[in-house]
Amino acid sequence: MAFINYLIHLAILIGIYSILTISLNFAVGFTGLLNLGHVGFFGIGAYTSALLAINGVPIWLSILCGALLAGISGVLLGLPTTRLKGDYLALATLGFAFIMGSVARNWTDVTRGALGIPGIPKIVRGNTEFLIVVLVIAIITYLVFWKISRSRFGKACESIRDDELAAKMLGKDTFMHKIMALGISAFFAGIGGGLFAHYITFIDPSIFGIGDLILLFSMLIVGGLASVKGSAVGAIVLFLIPEPLRFIGFPSSVLGPMREIIFALILLLILIYRPRGIFGKVDLA
Amino acid sequence: MISVQKLDKHFGGVYAVHNCTFTVKENTITSIIGPNGAGKTTLFNLVCGISKPDGGRILLKGKDITGLPTHMIARLGISRTFQQARLFKNMSVKDNLLIARPAKEEELKEVLKKVHFPLDMNVRGSDLSYGQMRLVEIARALLKPHKLLMLDEPTAGVNPKVRQELKKILLDLKKDGDTIVLIEHDMEFVMSISDEVIVMTEGSVLTRGTPKQVQADKRVLEAYLGK
Repeated sequence: MAFINYLIHLAILIGIYSILTISLNFAVGFTGLLNLGHVGFFGIGAYTSALLAINGVPIWLSILCGALLAGISGVLLGLPTTRLKGDYLALATLGFAFIMGSVARNWTDVTRGALGIPGIPKIVRGNTEFLIVVLVIAIITYLVFWKISRSRFGKACESIRDDELAAKMLGKDTFMHKIMALGISAFFAGIGGGLFAHYITFIDPSIFGIGDLILLFSMLIVGGLASVKGSAVGAIVLFLIPEPLRFIGFPSSVLGPMREIIFALILLLILIYRPRGIFGKVDLA
Repeated sequence: MISVQKLDKHFGGVYAVHNCTFTVKENTITSIIGPNGAGKTTLFNLVCGISKPDGGRILLKGKDITGLPTHMIARLGISRTFQQARLFKNMSVKDNLLIARPAKEEELKEVLKKVHFPLDMNVRGSDLSYGQMRLVEIARALLKPHKLLMLDEPTAGVNPKVRQELKKILLDLKKDGDTIVLIEHDMEFVMSISDEVIVMTEGSVLTRGTPKQVQADKRVLEAYLGK
């Protein structure tokens, strides 16, 4: 029974991280926006949903509000930053994630700072039911981005990624496209954050940390840029491959670093032997 | 079709385009020639809204388009190719064309046939040779709804066979009613297809006229070779 619970827990996390990776891929892989602020949107969704739900707002409405606030934050972040390119955009969006983390740590009246927010209500009582909820939302996310990626909007975003000037010369308002892409991507990151908060039932400012960001980018690179399927597979692969370590009997002080070594190895192998990732359509360069 | 009036663009103290004035008539092929650094591509960039002019006006069919954003100018009917072919390299040829506008497969095949593109349209942009990229870029510019087609050095880096094909394509397009402005260094190409040639030097129009008139103008030779 414990093993089944463990598998369910793993599947729930895979579902949530699939939502995050798929949405991140839309900004990074499809639109070419090197957005390192995704954990910021994830955190905004988690905190907003948790705070609203604790204060009596229905959970689903809380999650929706969290996602909307994350989406709006994405649009607002995009207004000044999408004029930047490459490294500059990456730094600006990373700064956003750090600022959000700092707000969560220091706005103690609302967020309780480093103490975090405990007692976040669960969406459903059992983990099996929650797994179904997460899977349904992950599938919806998958289908939404799959559909977007085949739409004119999605293709226009891809053209912007490949050559913004040429896209402009074909009549595409690249600024609006980038803002919308970032907003949509952030909205779904907010949903992921809400689900995470209502599953773990506790959040603290560490969710804005760089560790999760690296994990998300590893999933993205392994699965491949500009592939919705790849993002889901990347999340599954990176969650499952280090798991057997748990059964070897390493102490937890070794287990953490071992997982990171394995992530690094997987990334290296992918970059050497399959630079586009498992299902990627775009060269990482 | 397009009227450029007293256009100025300077970078610091250097005028890239200075007091540049000319008009292009409908259903003609106009070539802009001049030595390197004459301001030809800067002029194209100003017309397309990629750079903002410091002075002067640009009218497209009587509408002032000076300083409008590039995508707005493109929507008003200017199609352009670049000195270096700018394809969406991670996308297929088909998707490259569909960015220009939605079209049925037959229409895509037709436009690719028009530019003598020899491969399947599902080939990825990055897998094409430079000459093939040029052809797809031209096909894409043709597919985009336009009143004016601007080509920046269409023959640069393409082999003589494709060059001949391009000549035929442009003459066919003119026959179909298109208005074309091109920047070109290949004089044989320019003289054989142009209705009018504009010679630029140091950011200004030195002279203009039919290919014969321009060829007979001593100032043109001096602009290229010096006095």
